Parts: sequence; structure tokens; C-alpha cells
Amino acid sequence: MTRPFPGWHAVKGIFDRDRARQQAQLKDVDQERRDFASRTLVVFFIVAVMCCVLTARMVWLTVFKHDEYRTISEDNRIQMFGVPPPRGRIYDRTGILLADNVPVFSIFVIPELTDNVDATLSAIAALVELSDEEIDAFHTLASESFPHSPVRVRPQITPEERAVIEVNRHRLSGVQVRPDTVRHYPYGEVMAHAVGSVRRKTAEDIRRLDRRRYSRTQFVGKRGVEAFYEHSLHGEPGSRQVEVDALGREQRELGRNPPRPGWNLTLHLDASLQVAAAQALGERRGAVVAIDPRSGGILALASVPGYDPNLFVTGMDPAVYDELVISPNKPLFNRAANGRYAPGSTFKPIVGLAALAHGVTDWERTIVDNDGVYRLPNNRRQYRDWTWTKDNPSGQGVIDLHRAIYRSSNIYFYGLGDRLPVDSIPRFAAQFGYGRVLSIDVAGAEPGLLPDSEWKMGARGEGWYPGDNLNLAIGQGDLLATPLQLATVASIIANRGRVVRPRMLLNSDADLPELENGELTVDFVALGGIEAGPASGSQNEHAGTRPGDAGLRPEDAGLRSVDWQRMVDAMEAVVHRGNQGYRENGTAWAYIGQDIAYRMAGKSGTAQVVGIAQGEEYDEEELDEFSRKHAWFIAFAPVDDPRIAVCVLVENGGSGSAVAGPVAREVLDHYLLPELAAVTSTATALASGSGRALAGAPRPDD
Amino acid sequence: MPSDYARTLPLGGAPGRALLRLHLDPWLLLGLGAIVAFGLLVLYSASHRDLETLANQALRIGAAFALMFVAAQLNPRIYLRWAPGLYILGIVLLIAVLLFGTTVKGSQRWLDLPGLPSFQPSELMKLAVPLVVAWYFHARPLPPRIRHVLVALVLCALPTALIVPQPDLGTGLMVAAGGVAVIVMSGIRWRVVGALTSLVVLASPALWFVMTPYQKGRVLTFLDPGRQPQDAGWNITQSKAAIGSGGFSGKDLFNGTQSQLDFLPESQTDFIIAVIGEELGLVGITLLLVLYLLVVARALLMATGAQDTFGRLAAGGLTLVFFAYVFVNVGMVSGLLPVVGVPLPLVSYGGTSAVTLLVGFGIVMSIYGHATR
Repeated sequence: MTRPFPGWHAVKGIFDRDRARQQAQLKDVDQERRDFASRTLVVFFIVAVMCCVLTARMVWLTVFKHDEYRTISEDNRIQMFGVPPPRGRIYDRTGILLADNVPVFSIFVIPELTDNVDATLSAIAALVELSDEEIDAFHTLASESFPHSPVRVRPQITPEERAVIEVNRHRLSGVQVRPDTVRHYPYGEVMAHAVGSVRRKTAEDIRRLDRRRYSRTQFVGKRGVEAFYEHSLHGEPGSRQVEVDALGREQRELGRNPPRPGWNLTLHLDASLQVAAAQALGERRGAVVAIDPRSGGILALASVPGYDPNLFVTGMDPAVYDELVISPNKPLFNRAANGRYAPGSTFKPIVGLAALAHGVTDWERTIVDNDGVYRLPNNRRQYRDWTWTKDNPSGQGVIDLHRAIYRSSNIYFYGLGDRLPVDSIPRFAAQFGYGRVLSIDVAGAEPGLLPDSEWKMGARGEGWYPGDNLNLAIGQGDLLATPLQLATVASIIANRGRVVRPRMLLNSDADLPELENGELTVDFVALGGIEAGPASGSQNEHAGTRPGDAGLRPEDAGLRSVDWQRMVDAMEAVVHRGNQGYRENGTAWAYIGQDIAYRMAGKSGTAQVVGIAQGEEYDEEELDEFSRKHAWFIAFAPVDDPRIAVCVLVENGGSGSAVAGPVAREVLDHYLLPELAAVTSTATALASGSGRALAGAPRPDD
Repeated sequence: MPSDYARTLPLGGAPGRALLRLHLDPWLLLGLGAIVAFGLLVLYSASHRDLETLANQALRIGAAFALMFVAAQLNPRIYLRWAPGLYILGIVLLIAVLLFGTTVKGSQRWLDLPGLPSFQPSELMKLAVPLVVAWYFHARPLPPRIRHVLVALVLCALPTALIVPQPDLGTGLMVAAGGVAVIVMSGIRWRVVGALTSLVVLASPALWFVMTPYQKGRVLTFLDPGRQPQDAGWNITQSKAAIGSGGFSGKDLFNGTQSQLDFLPESQTDFIIAVIGEELGLVGITLLLVLYLLVVARALLMATGAQDTFGRLAAGGLTLVFFAYVFVNVGMVSGLLPVVGVPLPLVSYGGTSAVTLLVGFGIVMSIYGHATR
């Protein structure tokens, strides 16, 4: 017998026994029927048990795990949707709206309902203007929302555009025209740099901003006040408890928690003054910043040319945007807060005060300027006065500090620069806000550059030369400041040394988190006596108090209130000292001081843009427009009770007194004259015309 | 005698006698009718009250009942004679499907024969396998010899092996279940049943090596539903949430958030029991299970009344296939079994399985109705 595999016998045995039993048994029909019946009973019993297993499972799910699964199912169907808060409005000090929310119609696309999103966008673009930027913004927003939620493509369409879309509705599936709210800036270009603007939320914003607060927000403050107070203006989003289906489609609203609107802000800005400032600059490039020195409130912050911020809300033609970006006039650039220019002669009052504080000069000390040139010992380089020309190298004669201010004598201040210790000027000037940001809430305000020896070593790898002190003493060299900073300087001088930090915000609905501790009034840094810095280094041996300077004693160091008053007097002479003969009038008198109804203190400045070689003359005609000097004028008025301090910058304007001075005068006139007229008429009515009593009334020149 | 019996029937008297003449069983009809009515109601809710879906399904069920009626008129001897031919035809068609079948939703199940509506040969096998195994045992003395049992198992395994790679694990299992049910009913000893069952259970890991990645995924998901919460595990998580959140008495018809808001996938087809659980609660599910149990009880009772071995085994096997559908479907939706794609008989939307199962009951009625008492 073959054995195909081990165990064959065992297996074969089973089959053999099986066969034997079968052969013994006949097919018994009745027996089979009975067997089948009993077997069926057992099978049915098994079926019933399996049914019980299923039922038990169901009991487990529906009774014992009911709470757990009910939670899962509720989480499924109930979603919280953010409701965007209406943005806070921005007003000027008189309650005029500077930034508003206006109802408009916008085009929305529901991606899910379109056959092809890109084709739909192209179809829209064929009917109405649609920039690439808007298409990009659409994709950014669409990527983070449900495919069934409408996403804005073009805000604020015109009635004509709306009609075009509606007429073509049948071939634009998924496109809707819906009522919408957008930011509107009634003053457009004039307020663009002061108030700032909102722009479409970008992918970068989505990463940066709180997702919850900004989930439904489409525009974010990007410039100016809109940017600085973004958090407060934005408000807190509300929420809607909504039942959704598995695709997130809204079924019905279950509950609602209304949004808290953004806080309304009232600014120190005076809309009519801002308009006057922009008009005074006219077609020229430049900036005007006006500050109320009592409060630090910024009354005007104009940068010209500006741009229409509404274009960034409604979208603009790419050509228009390119124009804004590439224009040599840089309309998008905020000259008032971000433009850095050498302050030139406007820096002289600071240097004068520094010299008084350090005791290196006083009001009696005089120098004689014979040739309009200053020389350092052992150095052939000539430091020239602004009056110097090849044809008239005569100098301005006998000069004291008072005359050095109203005549803006470079030679006198070269001398002070020579005498002042290294780094004493920057240390002193820093108190006026040079080289740092004193303003509280001007978004992106530039600190400018206040050079000192340490900076120069770091930036240039060179030590501080005596010539650096000379250049610094007339506001040239590496010194850079913004119009906002110089307006601050003017207001500090107007306050006779009381430092008030400039601010945009006058008041608001609530304490704003943007201002530390909600405090709006910081400051009062007194400009009293300052410690004389340790004379460091051998190269400033020549500086400091020199033997032979009679009447200057170390104990005179420090500023007295009379010094402030006399500096203000000198600046008043810049404007009002007139009819005194050749080189005896204030530098600005001829342009602005002859028919003025109030007392005004000022200082002109003319900042060099390109270097002029030794022995050469600055010739405006020969230089192209963008290489000409920048014209500055800082001023405040009325002198005895300053209510406004102003800084004017005209880029490549040339002479400070002739070009920037009249702009400053126009701004001050606009602000002060109506007030004076009102006071005069009231006084006239009350006291039958005793005009002499008025602070702003004319009085004899010094 | 038949007239006395007719008087005890639900319709009583003349209509009952008419039904009996047509070889239709009133009790079974009543049970099936109740399940169908319940199913249509739930489908109406699951389809978000779409009358078109409802009408569609009613039409299909109606057609299936018509085919059941036809099947009941044929003499059981015809089934006995044609069982092997039907089986061979089915095998040929299954091979044809593997070679030239149409692929729908990733599975190659359909055969497009020119001039005929496309159909799934695997459905034919759900009837052919129990019939052919019953035919095989009919000619042999019972309880069967082990050799015959092995042959019967091969008869079950052949079509299953052709269906599973389509891939259609669910139908493959149902086809095999039909044959195995007949073997169990044939009277092999329970010891052997137990041994074979444990053998299958022990050998089941071997199935892993013949499964497609898709089927493997389903098994893995069954073992750990949280594995792919957004994908394969989603179905089972949502169906359990639907049933569990329904609680004892449900959220009421049309108010189930899981199903009405589309969180529950396949809510009209394979997962419709979850809609019942969510909207009608434990009460609704239990009611449906009792209806199924009554139908199975009646059909098994009818099997015992068959004329011959073929009739008893075929009727019993077809009935147990019906129950296998119920058990596997409810088991998978409630998370007891892996998801294998088996519809809930007579309730899930779709006509194919309804036709197969009702024709099966038609055969049961034929076997019972043609028996001489």
C-alpha cells in the first residue's frame, strides 16, 4: 500500500468509517424530515442569539454611550461663524469724518457654484475692471474659506458695472452682487498720509494676525492711524452659532453674539488746517507738520504729493498703481514722518542752547566775521557762511548769539561747534527728539539720525574729527531728521523747554491698548542744567572753554529760563526784525514778516543735498531739480502764548526763508487769524475797542 | 383542509385562498411587506424627503415582488433540474466579468451583454450556490459524508474566489454563506460545524495576503476606527455617532442631524440602519430586527414543510442568506464587523439585492406552496 504522506492512515480511517456508516444507512425520508426540523430549530435559536447580539450592541451604543455620541453629533452640526465688527470711524478735532464706512455693492464669487473659478474670474474681468492684485487677494481669501461661502472679488462697483454684471448673470454662475460695507476716506489724497489707509488682507496678514479676530475681516489698517490703532479700530468679532451640514453649508442660525464695533477715534488733526497746509505746498514736494505745543496734538501732518487711499479699497488699474510706485515724486512716501533730511540751520537754536548749557558762550559774547569763512587750526579746509560768494566775501561783521540766530550765521556756530565737547551736541539734541521717536502714535515714524562719535566709529570706522563738530553745529554732516521731529523741536522751544510728546489721538470711546497703560499724557522732561560730559580723547583738546573767553565761568553752565526767552526773542527777530538795513534784517522778514497780524518766532533752514567742492559756489541753475537744496522753516506763534508750532519742508525748494517760510506763514495764518478775528470782534463789542490788550496785537520790533 | 387553513390566514377567506392557489405565503408576504413599508419610510427621510428617490425605490421593490411572484409559480422540480446549469452559467459569467467586465466605482462587477441590461453575475450566484449545494445533497443520503461536505465546500469556494477579487468582499461572503448555510442545514454534526468554524477563524489571517489594499484598509479601520478619522474611519465614526446620539427613542423622523446634514455617508444605502437608529432610536432598530426575525422564522418554518431534501435545504439556505445580509450589515454599521459593503435587505436604496432576495423568497414559497400536505 502506498503512503502518499504521513498520517495517511488516520485520514483514510475517517473516510472509511464514514463510508461504512453511510452504507449501513438507507435514505429514510421521514427520519430526514425530523432531523431537518430539529436542526432548523437549533439554527433558528442561533439566529435569535445573533439578533440578540446585534440588539445588545445597539443598546450599548444608544443607552450606555449615548452622551458621548450625542456630543460628537452636536459638535458635527454646530459651528461658530465669526461676524466681522464694523470698523471704528475716525474724526478730526472738530468732529469731521476722516474715515467712514459706507454701504456699497460688491461682486462676490461662490467658488462652489462656479464651473471653473479661473474662467469665472476671467469672465468678470471681461465685463468690469479686475486687477491681478484683486485676483490674488481673492485666491488668498478663498483658500481659507469654505467653497460655499461668498468671497469678495471687486468691492464698490459703480451702478453701471452692477448693471453689466446683472445683465450677464445667466452666464456667470456663482457670481453675486451683494450689499457690502467698505472704508471711505472723504478727504482722499489730503489725509492719505495722516490718517493712513486700510488695504486688503494679505497672506502675510493671515499669518500675523489673530485668526479668530480676523477670520471674516477683509481689510486691515496698513498706514498711519489706521495701522497704529488697528487693534482698537477693528473691534471684536461677534459670532453666530450655526447649524451646518457635512460640507459646512449653513442651515439655520441657532444663536448670535453681536460683534463689538471698533472704537471711534477723534484725532487732534484739524481737517481745514490740513487742507490749508496741502494747498500751501501746492504742486511742490514737501511736508507740513503742525503741533499744538500745549498738548503735543498733531494738528496737521501733510505730505505732498499724496495718493487717494480709496483706490486701495476699491482696487485700481495696475497702471495707476505702477504710476504711484515708480513716480519720482514718490506719492506713497510719507515725507512728514518718514522723510529724513539734514535739518540745516533749523538746528542752530539747539546748538545755541547747548552752548549756553555748556557755558561755552553767553548772550554778550561776540565774534567778528570778516570774510565769511571759518578755519580750524592746522587745516586748510574752509568752512563758509551761507552769505559767502566769490564776488562778495565780506562776512557779516560783529555777531552775538542773538544776531547769529536771526542772521543765521554759520561762522558763529562753527565757533560753537569748535568749542563744544565731542558728543555734547548729540547728547543735548537728543532731549529734543533728534535721533529717536518722541511721537506716541505716528505709525512707522522714523528716528532720523543723530551722529555721535560712537555711531561714527561703528558706521564709518573713523574717529570724530573737529570738522564733524563744525558741520553738526550748522545742522549738516550726517545729521538727519524728519519734519515731524522738527515740528516737535519747534513746539519744545515754544514751550520754553517743556517736552510734550506729539500725538495723533485726541480722544476715543475707550482706553486703547495701543497706548501703554492707556495713558495719553506722558512726559515733562525738564531741560535744566545738563551734566558736562567728560572730555574724552585727545582730539578735542581744542574744544571746551578756552582761556581768554572773558565772562564765561563754569558755574554759568546750565540753562536758565532767561536763556529760553532770549532764544525765542532771537527766533522772533528772524521773522519780525526788518527795515534795519543791509544784513541787519531777520532772514525771513522780507518774505513773511512785513504784514503779519501776530508775533511769530521762526528759524529757516536750507539743507544741502549734494556736496559742493571747496572754493566752488552753489549755483541753483546748474543743478538738476532733485539735487537742489531742501528748504526748511520751523515756527511757532503767538510768541507769548504759543498755540501752534509748525515745520515746513519743501524738497529741493532752495531757500528756507523764501520758499518754506511763506508756507509756514500761510499755515499759521489759517490757524490763528480766524481766532484772532473772533477775539478782536468780541473784545471790540465788549470794551469799545481796546485792541492793545490782545496778545497777538502788533508791537514795536526789537 | 386548504380552505380551513386559509381561514386562519391574515387575509382570511377568499383572498387567502387566492394567494394559496398562487403558491404565495400570506404570512411571509406580510412580514416582507412590513419591512418594505418601514424601509420606504426611512428611505424617504434619508433621501431628505425626495419623492423621486422614493418612487424609484418603490418601483424597484415592486418589480422585485413581481419576480418573486413568478419565481413562486415555478415548480421546485424545475429549480432542482436547473440548479447545476444555473451554477455553471454563473461561473462562466463570473470569469467573463473578470476578463471583460465594466468597472463601476473601482470595482469590476458588471457585465454589459449586448441586448441585455447590464447586471452583476455575482447576484445570480447568491441564488445558484444554495440551490446547487441543495441539489448536490439531494441525491445523497443525509447526514452527508465528509467527502460530500468537502465537495460542497468547493462548490461554495469556487464562485467566492471569483467574486472577492472584483473586489467585492461583501457579495463574496454572502455567496459563500448561502452554500455554508445549506451544509449546516444538511445535518453535519455540530462538532464538525464548530471545527470548521474555528478553522475558518484561525485561517482568516491568511486572507490578509489575498486582500487588496482597499480591503486591508477596511479591516484596519475596523480594528481601529480612529486610524483615519477623515477617511475610511469617518463612515464608522459617523454611523456610531448617529445611532448613539439617537438614544432610546431617536430624534424623530426627518430630524436626525447626522443624516439630514449629510454627516452620515451612504445614508440611503449601506448605512441606512444608522438613520433608523438616529431618528427612531433603539425602538426603531429593535422593531426592524424583530420583523427580520419573524420573516426568518416563517421562512424556516416553510422550509421544514418542504416536499423533499432539495426543497428543505434550498429553502433553509436561501433564508439564512437573507439573515446573513441582516447580520453583516447591522454588524458593520454598528462597528461589530469590518465594513464590507453589504446592503440592509429590502431597506437600503437599490434594486439588485432586493430582486435577488425576493426571488429567493419566491423560490421558498414555490417549495412550500407546491408541497403536498
